[in-house]
Amino acid sequence: MLSRTAENLFWLARYVERAEYLARTIDATLRVTALPAAYIGKTNEWDSALLTAGVGAAFYDHYEEANERNVVEYLSFASENPSSIKNCIEAARLNSRSVRTALTSEMWDTINSSWIELQAVWNKGPANREELAKFLRFVQETSLRFDGSAYRTMLRNDAYWFSRLGVHLERADNTARILDVKYHMLLPEEEHVGGPLDYYQWTSILRSVSATTAYHWVYRETLKPWLIADLLILNDTLPRSLASCYSNLVRNLDQIGVAYGRQGAAQRHARGIRNRLEHSHMDDIFQHGVHEFIQEFLADNSRLGEIVAKQYLI
Amino acid sequence: MAVAFDEMNGLGEDLRPAYQELSRWLKETPPDALEYRRQEAELLFRRIGITFAVYGDSEAQERLIPFDVIPRIMSATEWTLLEKGLKQRVLALNMFLKDIYHGRDILRANIIPEDLIFQNPVFRPEMNGQDVPHDIYVHIAGIDIIRTDPDNFIVLEDNARTPSGVSYMLENREIMMRLFPDLFARHRVAPVERYPDELLSALRSVAPHSASAEPTVALMTPGVYNSAYYEHSFLADKLGIELVEGRDLIVKNDEVFMRTTEGLKRVDVIYRRVDDDFLDPLTFRPDSALGVPGLMSAYAAGNITLANAVGTGIADDKAIYSYMPDIVKFYLSEEPILKNVQTWRCREPQDLSYVLDNLADLVVKEVHGSGGYGMLIGPAATKATIEAFRDKLKREPEGFIAQPTLALSTCPTCTDKGLAPRHVDLRPFVLTGSSHTTIVPGGLTRVALKEGSLVVNSSQGGGTKDTWILSE
Repeated sequence: MLSRTAENLFWLARYVERAEYLARTIDATLRVTALPAAYIGKTNEWDSALLTAGVGAAFYDHYEEANERNVVEYLSFASENPSSIKNCIEAARLNSRSVRTALTSEMWDTINSSWIELQAVWNKGPANREELAKFLRFVQETSLRFDGSAYRTMLRNDAYWFSRLGVHLERADNTARILDVKYHMLLPEEEHVGGPLDYYQWTSILRSVSATTAYHWVYRETLKPWLIADLLILNDTLPRSLASCYSNLVRNLDQIGVAYGRQGAAQRHARGIRNRLEHSHMDDIFQHGVHEFIQEFLADNSRLGEIVAKQYLI
Repeated sequence: MAVAFDEMNGLGEDLRPAYQELSRWLKETPPDALEYRRQEAELLFRRIGITFAVYGDSEAQERLIPFDVIPRIMSATEWTLLEKGLKQRVLALNMFLKDIYHGRDILRANIIPEDLIFQNPVFRPEMNGQDVPHDIYVHIAGIDIIRTDPDNFIVLEDNARTPSGVSYMLENREIMMRLFPDLFARHRVAPVERYPDELLSALRSVAPHSASAEPTVALMTPGVYNSAYYEHSFLADKLGIELVEGRDLIVKNDEVFMRTTEGLKRVDVIYRRVDDDFLDPLTFRPDSALGVPGLMSAYAAGNITLANAVGTGIADDKAIYSYMPDIVKFYLSEEPILKNVQTWRCREPQDLSYVLDNLADLVVKEVHGSGGYGMLIGPAATKATIEAFRDKLKREPEGFIAQPTLALSTCPTCTDKGLAPRHVDLRPFVLTGSSHTTIVPGGLTRVALKEGSLVVNSSQGGGTKDTWILSE
């Protein structure tokens, strides 16, 4: 297939995944900030939302204060934020138009009708909390429909695999970021990790990766930070964990390699990361430092994006 | 203006045979049932994403072309005549192009003034002496046809560069069949769905000698911002070929390749929907970001076929148009089957003075214009507009031609006040491959939705209809 087509499919999937992640982040933050101050400590949750979205610095070029109104606006609708939900959906639609021939009609329909709804209904942004909740649901449903229609209707060929690469690369990035921010940067030094104050912080991490119920099913325990880290990093059964993303990335890259009769740097690099995740234990990660571990992972992950681009997309 | 000839009712109340069944059906069908299906059709179009962009209209960057659910119907006899005329016309166009870029017999015979060719910006000196496979220049032609009476088909315009609209012919039919199965059951409508197959085989038949036995065809688009982008992606999909942009292609040793996830892959035939000017920045506009550097050199080397060929604009230029009857006679020694609209060439002093005296009754068109832009419709224009046009004409008479205001035929159309006659034209698509010329029975019927309006262009408020050719 054309390199540009593969690139468009890859980014299309990333944009949709990112939009959903942003919607989840906002949703989870709204819940935490609704709690009495005594339950959430001194941290500014909206700052933390910006950090997990990776737009902490750029935000302050446009706003003075990280409060609900500003952050929701910036993450959802701001045109000046290249990865706002609105821009993600618009970019997804533009990419879809460029690769119309590689999409099934169901996938096109999902993106196109979401884009139409964005223009028609959400043009001015939500007027109140209730509408905001509706908007966030709309974004999450778009992503679910998109994923579902890709899964159910696409031929299992390179077009599908490149689109899946986009999903899993983006998802791994998102999960790693949220874990990093919540785990390292927001917990005050003197606070005992796992202390009563940050119980709701942990819930909010799980909520933003839709793993609250999953946690209880897997561990049958009350919330414990190291178990949450274990779930999000090493547990292959959780679809948003780093381990699961990498099982998928390795598989998709292998499928491409087999179809093209050639393996390359992308396959080797992805396998390297997967092996490291497979052979890690939470104890070692703690020893090494969770923050350091995640920073390395983020660099490795974005390096994979570059290698895939060089090998296939340019 | 006199009452126009109506495709359904003729000049009075004499229902024409091809419309008998439709007329009966319309009487049986309650108006709200029709309205309901009209809305359904609009919803379908919007969801499929058939839109077009209007340049300079940022509010409506993507608009839907209005679709009218009442079909335009032609009998088999009418179609047979039209088909014969179209084949004759396109054959002459191809022979004319070969002649202009080779021997130039027609100029030596003084049929067409030389300066009209050599000083014409759409004439491409790069094509002089260059051979194209099977001497075919215009592989895809869209000939705009109008009628003013039941007996004659008149060519309004030849489109020999990158004619668009065929996706609407196909999608209109698809949607009509979905919404009106009952109506189809009562007619024998010739199918149009084989158009993509015919197009692909025509394109493959003109592959260069250096191509493999299974030539690779690609469709080249200027990109998503082009007004006809939907059509480009639609056709690429139906043909099962790659939809490429300039940046996807690269020329090496005078061969053209596309960049794929598995490396470079040779391309043999490009169905290009990019204008000549933007094909190759090394030969044409150096500022073009759409083109492929070196493409023209690969073309000259005979390693790539471009469809349509470069330089076909000289055949559908409005200044050349008025010579078409002579062109047909010159190459084929036959009388043209399709008529031309009477045309005054403003470059000729006698014609110019007639035009200036009768501006209020005439349609004046820019020789190089298209899409219905930059034209004067005398009877509908204000005094001030007419005077402004008069100045333009005097300043640059060679830039214009004039034609009488024709009473284009009408066809019943859904309006706010129920069914009413609206003016229509027809663009059939003529495909020429190495061995034969094909026309899928039908075409794109465009309809001027505003009462009395004669402008059918989609960029100016025109709509479309499904076109039915009945089988015997």
